[in-house]
Amino acid sequence: MAAMTADELSAIEDRHPQIFQRPAYKRFWPLLLVAGTVLYLGYALWFFSLPQVLRESHWERLPLFLSQWISYDLQPEFRLDQPEITPKYPRFSALGENPDPDWVIKNSDGTFTVHIDGSAKSVTFDKSRAAITANGVTVPISLTGGKPVVTGPVPDWVTVHEDEIVAKLGFAGEVRVTVDRVKVRKRFLGWANFVFDTRSPFFGKPAGEVISLIVSGPELKPGTSNLALAAANIWNNAQWQHGDVWTKLLQTIVMAFLGTLLGGIVAFPLAFFAARNITPSGVLGQVLKRFFDFMRSVDMLIWALFFTRAFGPGPLAGSAAIFFTEIGTLGKTYSEALENIDDKPREGVLSTGANGILVQRYGVLPEVVPVFISQTLYQWESNTRGATIIGAVGAGGIGLKLWEAMRTNSNWANVFYMVLLTLLVVFIFDNISNFLRRRLSRTLHDYNRLQAERG
Amino acid sequence: MTFSTAFHSDTTRQQADAWRRQTSLRRFYTALGVGLLLVAMFATMWFADEANAGHFIDRLPHILDFLSWLVPKDWNDVWRALFDIASPSDKGTQEFNFPLGRVYIWDGFYIPEYFELMLTTVNVALVSTFIGFVFAVPFSFVAARNLTPNPVLRLVVKRFMELLRAFPEIVIAGLFAAIVSIGPVAAIIAIGLHSIGALGKLFYEINENIDMRPEEGLRAVGANWFERVRFADLPQVLPNFMSYTLLRIEINVRISTIMGAVGGGGIGEELKLAISRGFGAKTLALVLLLFITIFLVDQFSAWLRRKLVGEQAFLMSA
Repeated sequence: MAAMTADELSAIEDRHPQIFQRPAYKRFWPLLLVAGTVLYLGYALWFFSLPQVLRESHWERLPLFLSQWISYDLQPEFRLDQPEITPKYPRFSALGENPDPDWVIKNSDGTFTVHIDGSAKSVTFDKSRAAITANGVTVPISLTGGKPVVTGPVPDWVTVHEDEIVAKLGFAGEVRVTVDRVKVRKRFLGWANFVFDTRSPFFGKPAGEVISLIVSGPELKPGTSNLALAAANIWNNAQWQHGDVWTKLLQTIVMAFLGTLLGGIVAFPLAFFAARNITPSGVLGQVLKRFFDFMRSVDMLIWALFFTRAFGPGPLAGSAAIFFTEIGTLGKTYSEALENIDDKPREGVLSTGANGILVQRYGVLPEVVPVFISQTLYQWESNTRGATIIGAVGAGGIGLKLWEAMRTNSNWANVFYMVLLTLLVVFIFDNISNFLRRRLSRTLHDYNRLQAERG
Repeated sequence: MTFSTAFHSDTTRQQADAWRRQTSLRRFYTALGVGLLLVAMFATMWFADEANAGHFIDRLPHILDFLSWLVPKDWNDVWRALFDIASPSDKGTQEFNFPLGRVYIWDGFYIPEYFELMLTTVNVALVSTFIGFVFAVPFSFVAARNLTPNPVLRLVVKRFMELLRAFPEIVIAGLFAAIVSIGPVAAIIAIGLHSIGALGKLFYEINENIDMRPEEGLRAVGANWFERVRFADLPQVLPNFMSYTLLRIEINVRISTIMGAVGGGGIGEELKLAISRGFGAKTLALVLLLFITIFLVDQFSAWLRRKLVGEQAFLMSA
């Protein structure tokens, strides 16, 4: 392409003054916007004292917490000051009452070996010495001198404290050795006892055996069938609380459904009175519109707190909170949809001498009902998500359970279980709502096409 | 009518029958649908009532009792609570210790506690919306079918944004509360991540509906991907982007209030405390402040959106 001459360039500039010679304020407002944003961010940095917060934060906990979402650990302890070394497990360990895991081995020479990650990462010990093997090295520890001493070089994954030696073995776990005890933490991928907890008679049995027991085994608990027993055991699993979690999840779904539906039912007639093209009285319309604004602006949280106090904590409070907020939101969107209708069908019905209600039924409703339903579905979808959060202030549903599980900072696997269920519910309801709305928009589309074809 | 008898040929009768059959079937389905909906409604009402701590019928007569604590003995206490002015009913209890929360800027000049808390809540909303915007814009270009031909990349970004959108905010907030300490920063991270997903989805849908001719023009003169996005796509979508971002600010102010109530700092925490302890004057002051703020934010954002994109700004959004 040949280069343009200066004349051609200036000719183009002259032809498009609105692009090349814009007024100063138009040229500089993006710059101003950027400068304003930068200034604001600087202020926010100071306001939240972000540098300090970030300096004092514990990012090393993040991978730990995240790994706890999908794993669990067992922590056997071996007392060395007893006459005989025996492994002890915490009272509510995932292994149940009589643990005898195959990764704790009592050797014939009286020593113990604990496999933390196969034999590649393991610890072998008796009362006088211990040896930790990991990363291809074996670290011998002498326990006879009143405090544990590493005999030989200390690799960087071993930390020597005054009276304790700690070996961090990554995700697999860790070993802590003092003169009088060896403590092992072994981490397993997955969720422990997800189906049956340790009290269940089905605990620890392989899946095939459980199934054959349920199908044809002798009654484990006289008077109840094994199937009912298994179901009750799963439902009442103490560690995972399936029954409670699922009930709470159902509450969340119910809150969103009920709140949105009732909101829609109340907003529906009100919207007709608020729409200025349907109700000529300007005063009533204005009053109703301000009422909708009020219901929306008071915010779901305030309603939730109020109704929690009025009805006590539970899904009733949550439903009522969503209901009140939705009167505002749906009332506003319904009345806006009504104000945007095509007036001709209405005039047509009106000209036949039909009365007020018939005019709305045949002249207005066919046009707005798909829009109404679509918007209500949209709100339903977003309320399913919102109901999780307001649950956390006591308005029922899974929110509170989630919040309580998180507070202890030790139940992350349970948190993740509930998160997965919530995600699943949101996903399913998104898809139902999307599907219905797509069907509706196709109806709308067909309707418009028919109208267009008829001219 | 003589008029209609003239048309009573077989075909018209068949047509009328067919029409009647069709509508009766449709009416049947509509009635069935409405009936099912009503059954579901009453069933869920019963379920919600059963699961609740207090029951609807039992509690209904007491609703007014419950509202009675809201009415302060002295209406002036509402203003005093709002502006941290000492109240004559102050006996050292938490209910009337208004001046205690003053945030002194210099000497005698202070910001009332509730205004400072409200400011925190609004700032959380603004900063998290900013985070959402900054990340959602590039993601939306990558996720748009017409701008990014690579289907794998597109799918990955879309799924990632979906995950961010659906992930419960309180879990992210709870996770980060354990890492960066409980307070507004954890709330910012949680709401910010959610905003990336929510805005990203809206943005890429806008991107997919642009006029592709400017893009083709730029492609013809050899512009690379960044230049095409910057000069062909961005000018078309920016007003809509801004409009949705403003809408997001409205939503985020609400979410950040709720986050406050579960430990995210800001006004939500104070409101939860005031309501659960039954501090009438404080509750009214907080509700008033929150109501006015949300109303103003909504009105300002609506005005700005109308200026940016006209009436079409008022579509619903997540």
